[in-house]
Amino acid sequence: MIQTFTTYSLVAVISAIAVYALAFIAFTLDLSRRVARVHAQERAAEAADAAAVEAARVKLAASDRATVSSGAMSGAAVSGGAAASGAGGAVTRGTASGGTASGGTATVAAPPSASAGPATSRRERSPRFARVGVALATIGFLLGVLGVVTRSIAAGGHVPWSNMYEFALTGTTIIVGVFLVVNVWQRIAYLGTYITGFVLLALVLATVNFYVGPTPLPPALQSAWLVVHVFVAILGTSFFALGAGLSVAQLLQMRREAGRLTGLRFLQTLPAAEALENLAYRITVIGFVFWTFTLIFGAIWAERAWGRYWGWDTKEVWTFIVWVIFAGYIHARATRGWRGAPSAWLAIVGFAAVIFNFTVVNLVFHGLHAYSGL
Amino acid sequence: MASYRPSDHIDTPAPEERPGAVQPRLGVLGYVRFFWRQLTTMRTALFLLLLLAVAAVPGSIFPQESSDPNGVVQYKAAHPGAVGVMQFFQLFDVYTSVWFSAIYLLLFVSLIGCIIPRTRHHLEALRARPPRTPVRLDRLPAFRTAGAATDAPAALESARRLLRRQGYRVEEYAVPHGRSGSVASLSAERGYLRETGNLVFHSALVGVLVTVGVGGGFVYTGQKIIVQGTSFTNALSDYDSFNPGRFVGDAQLEPFNIRLDRFTSKYEINSHTRQAEPVDYNAAVTVTDAHGHATKQDLKVNSPLEIGGDQVYLLSNGYAPIVTVRDRTGTTVFSDPVPFIQQDANITSSGVVKVPDTKPNLAFAGFFYPTAAPTDNGTLTSVWPQPDLPVLSLNLYTGDLGLDDGVPQNVYSLDIASLTPRTGVGTDADPLVLKPGETAQLPDGLGSVTFEGLRRYIGVEVHHDPTQGWVFLFVACAVLGLLSSLFVPRRRMWVKAVPEGDGVRLEYAALARGEDPGLERALVEFAKAHAAALPASGAPPEAPTPAT
Ligand code: HEM
Repeated sequence: MIQTFTTYSLVAVISAIAVYALAFIAFTLDLSRRVARVHAQERAAEAADAAAVEAARVKLAASDRATVSSGAMSGAAVSGGAAASGAGGAVTRGTASGGTASGGTATVAAPPSASAGPATSRRERSPRFARVGVALATIGFLLGVLGVVTRSIAAGGHVPWSNMYEFALTGTTIIVGVFLVVNVWQRIAYLGTYITGFVLLALVLATVNFYVGPTPLPPALQSAWLVVHVFVAILGTSFFALGAGLSVAQLLQMRREAGRLTGLRFLQTLPAAEALENLAYRITVIGFVFWTFTLIFGAIWAERAWGRYWGWDTKEVWTFIVWVIFAGYIHARATRGWRGAPSAWLAIVGFAAVIFNFTVVNLVFHGLHAYSGL
Repeated sequence: MASYRPSDHIDTPAPEERPGAVQPRLGVLGYVRFFWRQLTTMRTALFLLLLLAVAAVPGSIFPQESSDPNGVVQYKAAHPGAVGVMQFFQLFDVYTSVWFSAIYLLLFVSLIGCIIPRTRHHLEALRARPPRTPVRLDRLPAFRTAGAATDAPAALESARRLLRRQGYRVEEYAVPHGRSGSVASLSAERGYLRETGNLVFHSALVGVLVTVGVGGGFVYTGQKIIVQGTSFTNALSDYDSFNPGRFVGDAQLEPFNIRLDRFTSKYEINSHTRQAEPVDYNAAVTVTDAHGHATKQDLKVNSPLEIGGDQVYLLSNGYAPIVTVRDRTGTTVFSDPVPFIQQDANITSSGVVKVPDTKPNLAFAGFFYPTAAPTDNGTLTSVWPQPDLPVLSLNLYTGDLGLDDGVPQNVYSLDIASLTPRTGVGTDADPLVLKPGETAQLPDGLGSVTFEGLRRYIGVEVHHDPTQGWVFLFVACAVLGLLSSLFVPRRRMWVKAVPEGDGVRLEYAALARGEDPGLERALVEFAKAHAAALPASGAPPEAPTPAT
């Protein structure tokens, strides 16, 4: 019986790996397609130079459509002065005219009207490969959940996060879950390559190097606090992962905006550096709150299990370090001269410390938390 | 606008550069003030925070006295040359070291220097009225206009109700308009809770530090091994080891009593490592409190006993073989359960028996195997943690144990350097190997030793920490403060009603204070809600006018 569920779990995990690999490909294709669209746009601009009259006609057509849609949008008797609708909006508009000029996909139309601002550009349909990627990531997520649940049954009903393999399994599943949920709230499909790439790497490494069968839970781990403590830690990690991804995108975007980066054309289709930075902040701050709870629940659990809530054990030290780095990040955002690149670097360093905490600290350093299961 | 924030806060206007100005010479007081201002800037706080993160790293690399004393001993043995340097930099005590303390104390001084002026200003802000409406609302970050077929007082009245319901504090101001006229407007502000939360959060951090720092003097922990059938009384003299805080005296110990009735354990085979793994420990104990009330309770790993203000934790467990020693005349000179200390997952345990009441003194050192099995090289090992085939194997030493010198000794270790081995390695007698009920004669007619039977024991830690409640209180405040300071938006909103023809033109504007990604949306939604709430009299509202 236990053997059966262990096998089911492994099958689900391996299927999830395969599906994540496909999702990774789809997201990567999406990024390169974005590049193609940028190319098409440039070609359209050249064509416009050559045939100014033709271009004017196209522009007229496009702006016609814009007027219609903005009229439809502003039924609420309120109109806005927010002309700045973000880089995303600008690109879509460009695509509409470019597409028409090159006789391609003019259907992208529905340019975000000035009155609706970023809210609408978020609602617009994402390109096909991004949609495929999100669908595949969702399937991978469901397989991951299946893997977690069957593993938990095989392990006698306890939550499957008591060793590195189980931790990687549950962790990657939750990371993808958070990514999918946040993607509904803020369009961040452009992070798909990064997230699925990360998850793929983690799952493959864990399955190949750290696989162990389900084991009973030692008495020190039999606590409801373990469940919340670890769950909250993984949630925090997920938000930090997204925040770090956005910060990397922000740094690249800053370089591009400063004219110091000419490759990575897909960046032209991403929000502007400042918008990326603001989003990174909003997401990282949620991670920080979860991490604060991780620290607190961990202390309560340590108090129950070992008789002291804080003992500077290796794992406690690193949880504290991560917390302090992100407190630094929040301060940096509020300090003149530290916005932009420096605070982005802090978000990245903070996430690196989280990963370090889950890998090197588990495997190399020894302390009371040495539960890698190896 | 936010001038009480540190001078380099992002919302504080940058100081004006005065290139030609000569800095006045600073007196001593000037320097102190300069230094203090530097210490309470955001940049210093940030620097100290990052420094704290870096400074915490070495303590996770090197073993620490506080959390891993054995590791320290091993490290010192392995790197004798480095010990001097390590000790000079207090690398075995990072978290109590001078340099680590200096960083966090400086950080907290900076924090207090930051909190006090902000609290003062915030208290003033809480009493102040929202500021005057700016003349040109269209210059603000979020701006909307709409028309309405009603009059200005009615429009503003419904806006005021709506703002109040959304938690805004509202003031009405007349604003200059046109050449010489003026129009009515509302100025509203909300989100004072954001700054309150921020101040509560930072103050609560100070609270945690002070509680832990000062309260630590009242904390004590003590360890004791309790053998099945015996009991332990919470008094200094009854502990195996005791670590009191600075202000702890014997009189403060609550005289409760714990008796171990029975200890049970359950094991399973780990399918991966093929090792025995514990799945449950349970100690059935009888607790007698200071008033003589006795209750039966279960002590488990994750659920300590709560007795008075103390917690009692189950830390370890093992076997205590009952050993009886008789001298050459057959007189019993020793008969007690002797706790043996667990060495591996199958509870191969080691222990010593000291018999000082004979001449020469007798001492035994050896191993206990709950389920004994021979290894390839002829020695014994344990293959399962439960006592399925218990075997006790002892070696005899004779000599002077020095127990009469009055120097306290560790009962769990034996200094064999000054003793003579009588069995085992280096002698021609075999080790004494006993099953329960068996007796072995000692060499040279020194007497006999009997393995009478087996008891279980538990190792407990008693923990007394009167600061816990306070720490918890401050941490809870910190969390609430953090949540409100991160997620409560603080914003100002203005509504201006400009009479136009039959109706009014309404201008809405909003300004964020601090991070507020939802500002734009909040303004749009407010304008919509207001349009819906306006008294629906007369003509339909005129077409919306895009601003600027
Ligand atoms: C013990 C060290 C400190 C820690 C762990 C810490 C942590 C934090 C955290 C988590 C926040 C974000 C939540 C909030 O707004 O309340 C924050 C904000 C803030 N902290 Fe600290 N802080 C520390 C010391 C200081 C010091 C010394 C100052 C003064 C220079 C300071 C000034 C501020 C300010 C002004 C904000 C608001 C930032 C904003 O406007 O977004 N903090 N701090």
